[in-house]
Amino acid sequence: MSNIPTPTVSGPGRDSATDARRSARRRPRLSRGVTYTALVLGLAATLLPFAWMALGSFKTQGELMQRPITWWPQEPTLDNYTRWLTQLDFGQFLTNSVVVAVVVVLGNLVFCSMVGYALAKMDFPGKRALFLLVLMTLMVPGVVTLIPMFVLVSNLGLVNTYPALILPFLAGPIGVFLMRQFILGIPDALIEAARIDGAGEFRVFFRIVLPQCGPPLATLAILTFLGSWNNFLWPLVVAQTESMYTLPVALSLYSVGSNGTYYGLLMAGSVLVVTPILVLFLFLQRFFVQGIAMSGIK
Amino acid sequence: MAVLSPRGRRRQSVGAAHRRKQAIVAWLFALPFVAVFAVFMLGPLLASFAMSFTDFTIRDIRDPFAVNIVGLDNFIGVFSDELFRKSLLNTFYFVLVGIPLTMVLGLALAVALNSGIERFRAVFRVGYYTPVVTSIVAVAVVWRFILQDSGLLNTVLGWFGISGPDWLNDPTWAMPSIIAMAAWRNMGTLMIIFLAGLQAIPSEVYEAAEMDGAGPWRRFTMMTVPLMRPTLLLGAVLLSVGFLQVFEEPFVMTSGGPLNSTLSISYFVYNQFGYGAYSFASAGAYVLFALIAALSAVQFRLLRSKDV
Repeated sequence: MSNIPTPTVSGPGRDSATDARRSARRRPRLSRGVTYTALVLGLAATLLPFAWMALGSFKTQGELMQRPITWWPQEPTLDNYTRWLTQLDFGQFLTNSVVVAVVVVLGNLVFCSMVGYALAKMDFPGKRALFLLVLMTLMVPGVVTLIPMFVLVSNLGLVNTYPALILPFLAGPIGVFLMRQFILGIPDALIEAARIDGAGEFRVFFRIVLPQCGPPLATLAILTFLGSWNNFLWPLVVAQTESMYTLPVALSLYSVGSNGTYYGLLMAGSVLVVTPILVLFLFLQRFFVQGIAMSGIK
Repeated sequence: MAVLSPRGRRRQSVGAAHRRKQAIVAWLFALPFVAVFAVFMLGPLLASFAMSFTDFTIRDIRDPFAVNIVGLDNFIGVFSDELFRKSLLNTFYFVLVGIPLTMVLGLALAVALNSGIERFRAVFRVGYYTPVVTSIVAVAVVWRFILQDSGLLNTVLGWFGISGPDWLNDPTWAMPSIIAMAAWRNMGTLMIIFLAGLQAIPSEVYEAAEMDGAGPWRRFTMMTVPLMRPTLLLGAVLLSVGFLQVFEEPFVMTSGGPLNSTLSISYFVYNQFGYGAYSFASAGAYVLFALIAALSAVQFRLLRSKDV
C-alpha cells in the first residue's frame, strides 16, 4: 500500500539502492571534508602574518637577522617592548590615538544621528540636495581634500594640535547614511503620536527615536573607532612632533630610515597597534560584521 | 473655487508657519553635521578644484587669494609628467589585478562558508575577517619583514625547491607583492558582503537545478554568479574606490620604489604636496577623483540597468 521504499531484507535491488543512497550521503561528506581542509589551511595562511609578528616581537635583533630563519624565539626578550615604553613615548602615542578616537566616535554618534533623524522624518527645503551631497562625498579620495584642509588648519594655527586631528572627522557621510536608513524604518505612527501629544522635535528625538537606535549606534561607533584608529594620511600630515603622533604614524615613521632595520622594534610596534583593535573585534565581532554588511549593502 | 474662505486661508497660513518652524528645527538638527561637512569636506573639495587652476604653492599658504589663474596648465603639467604617468599605470596595474584577485578570494570564501558548513562557521568568518580590522601600517610592516630576501615567504618557497626573488626590492615583483597583501587584507570584507548575497538566494532554486542534474560547477556558473550580479558589482565598486586610492601599502613597504614601480597616484600627490607644489598636487588629486567618479558611475549604471 505505502509507496515509501522500505529496506527489504533480500532481493536483487537491495544492494544498488542502498549503495546509491549511501554514496549520495557520502559525496557531500567527502566534499565537505575537502572544503573544511581548504578552509583550515587557508585560515592558517591568513593568520600566519599575525603569528609571525607576535613571535618576531620577542626575538633579538641578532636572531631576526640570522639565517636560516628561526620559528620560535631562541632567547625570548621583552627588549622590543621596553624600548617602545621607555625610549619611544608609547604612552603618549596611545593617549593620542585613544583621545582622538573617543572624541571622533562621540561626535559621529551625536551629529550623525541628529542629521539622520532630520533627513528621515522631517520635511525641509534642501533636504534632497543635502542627502545627495552626502552620498556623493562617500567616494571622495582623501588626497583631494588634503591640501586645502592643511592650508585651512595651518591658517587657523591648529597644526600639531588635537583639534586638527579630530575636527575633520567629527561627522562623516557614512554615519549619516547609516543613521538615516535605520531611522527611516522606525514607524511614523510612533513619532506622529508623540508630536500630537505635544512633544517637540528634540523630545521626540531623545525620548522616542534615539532609544531605538542601539544597533546602528553600536555599528557606527565601531566603524568610526576602526576608521580613526587606523587612519593614517591626515595624522601623518598634521602631527609634526612626537607628542602628537598617533600609533600608526609613530609606527610608520620608525619603520623608515635608519630605524627601518630594527625589525624587532617594528614587530613589537605592530603588536601594540593591532592588539587593542583585535581584542575589541573578538568581543564585538557581531557588530563589526554587521557594520560592513550595513554600510556595504544598503 | 476662486476665492478662499477666510478659514481656509487661515488654515493654510498655519500650515505654512508650521512648515517653516519644522524646517528651522530640521536645519538645527542638521547644523552640527553641516558645519563640519561644509568646513572640512565641501569647502576643501571646491577649494582644491579651484586651486588646480592656479599657481598656488606653499609660499601662498598665508594668502591663498594672491595667486594667478593659470587655466589648465597644471593638468597639462601632470599629464606630461613622466612620474605621474607612471603612477597612473601603476595604479591601474594594482586595480586591474588586485580587484579580480580579491573578488575571487572573497567569493570562494563566501561559497565555501555557505556550502552546508555549520560547525566552526563563525570561527572561519571571524578568522578570515581579522586582517580587515587591523591597521594597514601595522600589517604592511609585518609583510615587509615576511617578504625580505631570505624571509619567511622565501623560506617556505624553498621547501618546494623554489628560490623566490627579493620581493620588495625587485621592480617586477614589488607591485605583485603589494597586490597580494591588499587582497589578503580585503578579501574578508567581500566574504561578508558575498555571504549575505548568497544567503538571499532561495534554496529552492538550487534544489530545482540539482533535480535537473546540474553539477556543482554548473550550478555555480549558471545560477550563483548571475543571481549574485548586483552583489558582485557592489563589491567591485567598493573595492575599486578603495584600491584606486592606494597609499599606505607602498608608503610603508617600498616608499614607492624600486624605480618608482609602486608609486601610486595618491603617493604622487602626497609627494608633490611635500614639495610644496600645492596646485600641481591638486590637479593630480582631481584626476584621481575623476577616475573614481567615472568608474563608480559606470558600475552603478551597470547595476541599475540589468537588475533591480
